Amino acid sequence: MSGKKILLDHGSGGLASQQLISDLFLKYLDNRTLHSLEDSAILDNKPGRLAFTTDSYVVDPIFFPGGDIGKLAVHGTINDLAMRGAVPYCLSLGLILEEGFAMDDLERIIISISEACREAGVPVVTGDTKVVPKGKGDKIFINTSGIGFVAEHIDISSKNAKEGDAVIVSGTIGDHGITIMTRRAGIALQGDLHSDTMPLHTLVAKLLQELPGDIHTLRDPTRGGVATTLNEIAESSGLSIELCDEALPIRPQVRAACELLGLEPLYLANEGKCLAIVSGDQAQKALAVIQATPEGREAAIIGKLTAGKAGRVVINTPIGGARVVTPLHGLPLPRIC
Amino acid sequence: MKYLDEYRDSALAKPLVLELRRAVTKPLRVMEVCGSHTMAIFRNGIRSILPDGMQLVSGPGCPVCVTSASHMDAFIGMADRPGVRVAIFGDLFRVPGSHGSLSEASSRGAKVEIVYSPMDALDLAINNPGELVVFLGVGFETTTPGIAATILAAKNNNIKNFVVFSTQKTMPAPMEALLSDPALQIDGLLCPGHVSSIIGAGAWEPLAKKYHLACVVGGFETADLLKSLILLARQIGTGNIKVENVYPRAVDWEGNQRAAKMVAEIFEPADMDWRGLGRIPMSGLKIREKYAAFDAEVRLDITLPEAQEPKGCLCGNILKGMNTPRECPLFSSRCTPSNPIGPCMVSSEGTCAAYHKYGQDE
Repeated sequence: MSGKKILLDHGSGGLASQQLISDLFLKYLDNRTLHSLEDSAILDNKPGRLAFTTDSYVVDPIFFPGGDIGKLAVHGTINDLAMRGAVPYCLSLGLILEEGFAMDDLERIIISISEACREAGVPVVTGDTKVVPKGKGDKIFINTSGIGFVAEHIDISSKNAKEGDAVIVSGTIGDHGITIMTRRAGIALQGDLHSDTMPLHTLVAKLLQELPGDIHTLRDPTRGGVATTLNEIAESSGLSIELCDEALPIRPQVRAACELLGLEPLYLANEGKCLAIVSGDQAQKALAVIQATPEGREAAIIGKLTAGKAGRVVINTPIGGARVVTPLHGLPLPRIC
Repeated sequence: MKYLDEYRDSALAKPLVLELRRAVTKPLRVMEVCGSHTMAIFRNGIRSILPDGMQLVSGPGCPVCVTSASHMDAFIGMADRPGVRVAIFGDLFRVPGSHGSLSEASSRGAKVEIVYSPMDALDLAINNPGELVVFLGVGFETTTPGIAATILAAKNNNIKNFVVFSTQKTMPAPMEALLSDPALQIDGLLCPGHVSSIIGAGAWEPLAKKYHLACVVGGFETADLLKSLILLARQIGTGNIKVENVYPRAVDWEGNQRAAKMVAEIFEPADMDWRGLGRIPMSGLKIREKYAAFDAEVRLDITLPEAQEPKGCLCGNILKGMNTPRECPLFSSRCTPSNPIGPCMVSSEGTCAAYHKYGQDE
C-alpha cells in the first residue's frame, strides 16, 4: 500500500470504504462478531453488572517511543474499565481520518491495535470510519468505547477511600507525559524516555482476587497526573491525602527531563499506571501482589488517607516540611528560565 | 543526577534545618529575588519549617510577571497581524494584557508557537519563508545570551524573516529601585543563582554596601536553599554584611565574560517598563542600531500602547514584596492559574501561582 493516501472516498460508505474494511480492518482485527459487518454487534451476556466507558484519543505525535495512538486507544479504554473492577469484554473502534493521511501509517496503527487487542484478550467487535477534508482534522483521531462485566461483590469507587487507607502507585510516574512533551518539543534527550502505555486489567484482576474486600479505589492517573487524580479521590472521599516525596517512584531520566523543562512528574500523564487505595493493614500484602505482576514491578506505597481537611492533598518533603499539592490548572507549560 | 541529587539528600538537608534554627537570632526579612527560588522554596516545604522571626518575601524575578501590560498588548497586537508568526516561551501564553492573552489570539487564528529555545524560533523562520517570525524576548540575563547568539546566527545565515522583540531585563537595577523605597524593609537578599552565573556574584556588592544588605547567591536545591538562608541569618545576626556565594558550582565573582561580550555586541542598555514597578532607567536591553534589521520594534514600527493594569490586582505590590498574595482580594477566588487576572498567577514561577499551587492553606 506504500505511498497511498486516505481519500474522501474512503469515508463515503461506497466501494473505497468497503475495500478499506476488507483490506485493513478485517485483515488485522477479524473475529466472528466483527466479521458479520452488521449495523451493530450482538453480544452474549455474562454474569455480573455491565461497565461501559468511552474515550477519544487525539495524541500528537501519533507514533512515540513505547507506543502509538492505536495502542493508547486500546489500553486507555481497557484501563478505564479495569479501574471500576470490571473484566473488559469488548471494544468499539471509531476512526476519524484526515484526507491525505498516509495509508502506511494507518496500517501501522491498525496492526498496533490488533496486537494490543490480542495481548489483552479484548476484541474490537464494531467500528466506524469517517474521513474529513484536509485541514479539518489532524491525521487521525480515534474513539474507543468498551464494555466489561463487574462481579456482584466488587465495589470500586473514589468515594470508597477510607481513613487509614494506603495509596499505592503501580509503577514509575510521568513516563508517558514527558515522552510526549519532549517529542512534541523536538527535544532529543539522552536516556531512554518511553511511554508506559499498557493494559492493567490483569494486574487489577489479581489484586481483586487476592484482596477482594480491601481494594477500595482504583484510578489510572492519565491527564493531570497523580496530583490531579489524588485530588479527585480526596474530594470524593471527603478525606485528606498525605504523600511522601521520597517514596515517589520516578525514573532518573524522567526527573532530569522535568528539571530541564520546568515540569513536575506529579502532573504528567501516565498510560499504564494505577493508583490503588487499599486498607492500611493490607497495604504490604497488596504491594507484594502488585509487585509480583509484570506491570507492577516498580510499585510503591506513596502515602495514606487521613482525616484532615476534606479534599486536600499534602506532600511531606525530605527536610520535614510540607506543601499542598493542587490539581492541574490548564496545560502544563514549560517555564522560561 | 549529578549536581542535583547530592544537594537534595535528606541526610544532608535535615541537619541544615536545625542549623538554620540556631542561626536566626533576631527577626529578619529576606527577599528571594528569583522566581525559581520562590518555586523551589515552596517545593521543598521550606516555608513550613522557617524558624520564628524569619520572613521570606518574594521579589520581582519572574520574567513573565514583570512583563508590562503594554508590552503584552503589543505582543498580542503583533500576533494578530497577517503574515506574522510569533514564537514564545510557554509561560507567556496565558499572560493577560489589557484585553485578552496570546492564548486567546491563537484561538482566533493568530500564529503563536511555543518554543523551547530562540534557535527553535529561527528554525520556524527558515521553515516559513513567507512569514515574519517574531521571537518575544522576555527574560533576564539567563536568556539574553541565547537570544544574542540567535540574532548572530540569523545574520550569519542571512535569514531576513526573523526578528526579536526585546523586553529583556537586567539585574540588579530594579532592586536598586525597590530598595530606595523606605517602605520596603528588607534585611537581606537571596540573590538569583542563574542570573548571577552571567553577571557574577560581584554584581551584588554595590547593593550590599549602599543599603547594608546581606546578600547570598544561592542555588536551587534543598541544601543550597537552606545553606543560603543560614548564611543570610548569620550575616544579619552578626552585622557582618557582605556578598557570599554558596553556588560556586555555577557562579563565580566575575560572571560569564564571554556571554557578556556577545550580549554587548547585540544589545545596549535602555530604560524598561516593569509591571508593577513602572519605568526603571537602564534596567533593560534594546537591540543596537547596527542590528536594527532584527529588531521587531523597528521592522514592524511598533509604538507601545497605553495599557491598563487589571483592577484590584495587587501584582505590582506583590512584585515589590509589599503585599503577599493572600492580601489580594482576587487571589484564588477570581484569579487562579486557570483564569489568571494578574501576571504573578500565570508563570509557574509567579509568586501568586506558587502560593496557590503549594501553599494555599498555610
